Amino acid sequence: MVPTSYFLVLSAVLFGLGVIAFIFKRNILTVFMSIELMLNAVNLAFVTFSRSLGQLQGQVFVFFVIVVAAAEAAVGLAIIILIHRNRRTLDVENVDSLKD
Amino acid sequence: MPVLTYLWIIPLLPLVGAAVNGIFGGRWPKSAISAIALFSTTLAFLAALEAVREFFTLSPDQIPWIKTYFAWISAGGFQANFALQVDQLTVIMLLVVTGVGWLIHIYSTGYMHEDPGYRRFFAYLNLFMFFMLVLILAANYLLMFVGWEGVGLCSYLLIGFFFLKQSATNAGNKAFWVNRVGDYGFLLGLFLILRTFGSLDFSVVLPQAAKMTADPAGHIGTLTTIALLLFVGAAGKSAQLPLYVWLPDAMEGPTPVSALIHAATMVTAGVYMVVRSHAIFLNAPVAMQVVAVIGCATALFAATIGLVQTDIKKVLAYSTVSQLGYMFLACGVGAFGAGIFHLMTHAFFKGLLFLAAGSVIHAMGGEQDMRKMGGLRKKISVTFWTMLMATLAIAGAPGFSGFFSKDEILNEALRVSPVLGWIGVFAAGLTSFYMFRLIFLTFFGEERYDEHHVRVHESPKNMTIPLIVLAVLSVCGGWMAAPQLVGGVNHFQHFLAPVLATGAEPAAAAAETSGGGGELLQALLGAPVIAGLLGFLLAWWFYIKSPETPKKLAASLSAPYKLLLGKYFIDELYRAVIVRPLVWISDKVLWHVVDERAIDGTVNGVAFVSRETGDRVRRTSTGNIRSYATWIILGVLVFTSLLLWMVD
Repeated sequence: MVPTSYFLVLSAVLFGLGVIAFIFKRNILTVFMSIELMLNAVNLAFVTFSRSLGQLQGQVFVFFVIVVAAAEAAVGLAIIILIHRNRRTLDVENVDSLKD
Repeated sequence: MPVLTYLWIIPLLPLVGAAVNGIFGGRWPKSAISAIALFSTTLAFLAALEAVREFFTLSPDQIPWIKTYFAWISAGGFQANFALQVDQLTVIMLLVVTGVGWLIHIYSTGYMHEDPGYRRFFAYLNLFMFFMLVLILAANYLLMFVGWEGVGLCSYLLIGFFFLKQSATNAGNKAFWVNRVGDYGFLLGLFLILRTFGSLDFSVVLPQAAKMTADPAGHIGTLTTIALLLFVGAAGKSAQLPLYVWLPDAMEGPTPVSALIHAATMVTAGVYMVVRSHAIFLNAPVAMQVVAVIGCATALFAATIGLVQTDIKKVLAYSTVSQLGYMFLACGVGAFGAGIFHLMTHAFFKGLLFLAAGSVIHAMGGEQDMRKMGGLRKKISVTFWTMLMATLAIAGAPGFSGFFSKDEILNEALRVSPVLGWIGVFAAGLTSFYMFRLIFLTFFGEERYDEHHVRVHESPKNMTIPLIVLAVLSVCGGWMAAPQLVGGVNHFQHFLAPVLATGAEPAAAAAETSGGGGELLQALLGAPVIAGLLGFLLAWWFYIKSPETPKKLAASLSAPYKLLLGKYFIDELYRAVIVRPLVWISDKVLWHVVDERAIDGTVNGVAFVSRETGDRVRRTSTGNIRSYATWIILGVLVFTSLLLWMVD
């Protein structure tokens, strides 16, 4: 049997990759995907704990996260499409009008 | 008992009149405005009459009749209710205020008819009636204070009624500020009452004060301090030395206002307040002495200034100050009932004098200088006869109302303190002199006005009828006390006795004078009457028999004459000693240092610091989503490490 720690390390690595991609990638779609990656990394951690502790709450949480992520994907993609239409760009460096 | 149960309706009626005229009356014709103003005051007068009728059906243990409508202020152990009260003292004040106020409203519809500020005038006048009624109906000192301040406000508004005239606005401001000094004393007195008795209700404070041991003579204890502070308030409102300076200037207001506010009702509020608080004063001998001396000094002082004034309203103003002095003299010697009696008769005859003076001014087309009048007797005969009645009353001619009230005061003063009494008698002589001087200068002698420019005419009916009614009251108003002269009962004192019975001394004194003192009374009755007669003869000699005498006298006694003409230069003294240093401090210190440097500096400093901080912090929000993410992650890392470190 694979030890629990392996799963957790994998989860941490995925999460770290998500964070790094979020910070360093300039394309909005990639940033968006990195968020999904972080969410799934957390899901993996939840499931791992659920299994190792023999409790179901972790898995219930995972379903919540999936539902919220789906909703977020719908809204987020809609926003991205609108940004593209209005600005003709997907570079986050150019989408900074909130500071004004 | 509908009206006694719903007592609030009496003050509410004029308030409604003021509100309707003040808010909606802008486009209405004058007839509608006067109809509303008169309707509300007439109803208030009728309601007051009904309340008095119901009052007489009460059994003695129901008096004072106190109705509490709602808790007004409730904070910790302190509670002040909106409560109204009726007792014998209130009844007299209620009838005087609503009755005289009603007559003066009628008069005003004629007097103010040509004025563009017609609506404003009646709105203020009705508002004044409201506050005055609150003042006299209040069952505790705090509600009384509301009315007290309210009438002060209305007085200010009406003195400055002709606000385009600089002197009128100045006079209004002066009245307001001088009254602030008095009100400050009154307010301190209220605080001390609250601290001493734990309440401001008359029904709690006064019986307790009556039971307390009196402060020994010459000692200033708590009760004396309270009494003196209250008297400071009374001196401000009722124009006593040294706070009388505002009242002569208040004549800048329209004449009906001078009659209603500055003669008949508001200025007597101080006397009312002192009489209401007599239980406190009776246990404060020092305060009583102060009241008596100040009252007597004011009576003499103002009468002397009145001797040489040439403005018809100024003479009456100083006369009012002087008569108010008599009322305080009465209070100071313990004859509170006599003070209220004089308050009532004074409301009749001084109200009438002012209204008649207004009628003269109206007839002369706005002229107030008596030197430019003369010989008006035949042309405005109604005004002349009514004014003569009032003059006889104020001079104390036997049988007229002022005779009974003033004699009662002077007799009591002579009994308690002969010095004050004789000064009072002397001032009564002066009163008679300056009043007949006014009559002779105005109505007798040759005509000193330009007949081509001034078309002298009698006033319309709505002005003369109030004059006639008040003339009847000025003559008959004192007859309640008449039986005393022949050994009977003084009905006025008898009526007031339940209110004033808390102190044993005046009751005993009243018993003494009405019982065995008949002959003594007859003997002393002479002095004031003779003084009045001498004053009359002197005025007759000076202004009818040999009109050259006053000029010669003024020339030979030029120093005292100038002193009197300059009103003892009290205004100049106050300006130099109080007003100018105050203006200097306000300008140089309070404005340029405290306001501009300290207060503005603090406010601007706070704004400057916030703006600079904001400017720096603003640069961190770049709008770049990746920098935000970095901040979030850094924050998470910091907090997570802190958490881990704390767990270890």
